[in-house]
Amino acid sequence: MSSQSGVPPGGAAVLIDAVEKTYASRRGNVTALCPIDLAIEPGEFVSVLGPSGCGKSTLLRCLAGLEHISAGSIQLGDQPIDGPPEGLGVVFQRDVLFDWRNVLDNVLLPVEVRRLPRADWEARARSLLDLLGLAAFADRHPWELSGGMRQRVSICRALLLEPTLLLMDEPFGALDAMTRDELNLELQRIWLANAKTIFFVTHSIPEAVFLGDRVVVMSPAPGRIAEIIPIALPRPRDLDVRETAEFGAIVRHIRQVFKDMGVMASARERITVGA
Amino acid sequence: MRTLRVTIILAALFIGWEALVRLLGVPAHMLPPPSAVLAELLDQPQWYLMHTMSTLLTTLIGFGLALLVGVLAAIGIISSKWVENTLYTLLVSLNSIPKIALAPLFIIWLGTGLESKVAVSFLIAVFAIVIDAVLGLRSADPDALDLLRTLRGSRFQILFKVRFPNALPHIFSGMKVAVSLALVGAIAGEFVASQEGLGYVIVNAQSMFQTVRVFASIVLLGVTGTILFYLVDLAERLICPWHVSHRVEEARALSAQHG
Ligand SMILES: Nc1ncnc2c1ncn2[C@@H]1O[C@H](COP(=O)(O)OP(=O)(O)OP(=O)(O)O)[C@@H](O)[C@H]1O
Ligand SMILES: [Mg+2]
Repeated sequence: MSSQSGVPPGGAAVLIDAVEKTYASRRGNVTALCPIDLAIEPGEFVSVLGPSGCGKSTLLRCLAGLEHISAGSIQLGDQPIDGPPEGLGVVFQRDVLFDWRNVLDNVLLPVEVRRLPRADWEARARSLLDLLGLAAFADRHPWELSGGMRQRVSICRALLLEPTLLLMDEPFGALDAMTRDELNLELQRIWLANAKTIFFVTHSIPEAVFLGDRVVVMSPAPGRIAEIIPIALPRPRDLDVRETAEFGAIVRHIRQVFKDMGVMASARERITVGA
Repeated sequence: MRTLRVTIILAALFIGWEALVRLLGVPAHMLPPPSAVLAELLDQPQWYLMHTMSTLLTTLIGFGLALLVGVLAAIGIISSKWVENTLYTLLVSLNSIPKIALAPLFIIWLGTGLESKVAVSFLIAVFAIVIDAVLGLRSADPDALDLLRTLRGSRFQILFKVRFPNALPHIFSGMKVAVSLALVGAIAGEFVASQEGLGYVIVNAQSMFQTVRVFASIVLLGVTGTILFYLVDLAERLICPWHVSHRVEEARALSAQHG
């Protein structure tokens, strides 16, 4: 079931080659991904933007080895993906917490599943909770938390085993603007401190630009890559970078890309335009 | 609060019954008044206790086996298409037979001892467990299953870290139905052939027109069934306190305390 593909410790190189994904459903086939080509460097931070339903989650699930791709191939390092690889961390679009475990035990789930000694990891779990402002909630149960808090718990869980490939599906979608800013900084810090490749799906243009080495803009369904925008802003970036002319120009450019695809015109889409 | 209300209703029922029997002068072999039933119970408590314990033992063994076999069967059914097609289909058709009709067969096979009564009790109870356990094991969150896959969890881990805890509340609701059915099965077994148990007392008393004994046994059956049900309920609260239905009740109780 799982592949043997080991990921180099410096972060995984991912090569997405002409990947297509078609879902078979009762009302006929749904094409979620048109051929997608993307080469991700080891240790790169890739942000992904796109209108709702364009296939961002689908692409992420393909990278996680959870979906059978209909055509093309995905290589991780020099191994094709055929199942969830070693060293993978995933933050799902819906926080997936277990009600029968308290917050700490939810974060420690990967340790249990991998059969690692819990004692060695509990301190790290607690420091991650602390980092995301949840230290006081370690003994609570998921139903006692707000939506944003739950999502942060699931981020802690994904970070616990220091993944070399981290896939995040709108991890900050349920957060208020202030917490979101803070966690953007924190995520950048974590990424800079510990080389890992990050594939980060978001609906916020400023967030994508602030975090990414490159921003991948996808077209409306069926998903295809409309444009890839390299972000040359120096690191580490602080929040003030968003006020610079360079940042503004990139955001305006991406907004224009969406307008040209006819996305911005319909107010139905969830792309956030402002900061 | 709820107990109080139930007590009041029961008391009213008994008083009405007593009054009606006395006013209309109903003969005791048709409908004995509650006071006579109570007197009968107090007259030979040891004897009634012995028969109640006998029925309880049959019920508990039948129920325990139904739980064990039912959950294992459900795990088999969700794990293998083949088991689902054979065992599940078989169970469904078996369930459409009135199991009480099988009781005489068990007597032929297993004799008139504990085994045949346990067999009837088990057979009546097991289906409720299987149905709810299958439902619970199947209704696990697909994202949670995916999460375990991304952690490269084994089938065994997926079963015991996701599917089984998720199924527990369903299994408990199956158990609540099953525990009453196990009692029904035990009585049915005792009706057919037995020298002890409340079912035996009822059949025996009926043949001698000792109606008061029949009523005393029915009262004891009611009490036993109720206690068994609430024991399962209590176990559920202790074992899966996370379940929504309990959280809501708990919150209501707490806010009632404060407000
Ligand atoms: N399991 C499935 N079966 C059938 N179709 C699916 C399935 N999952 C996704 N799709 C379809 O694939 C397309 C892409 O879905 P996907 O979830 O990848 O979108 P998304 O870009 O993540 O959207 P959002 O921003 O709203 O999360 C949609 O048209 C959706 O209806
Ligand atoms: Mg999505």
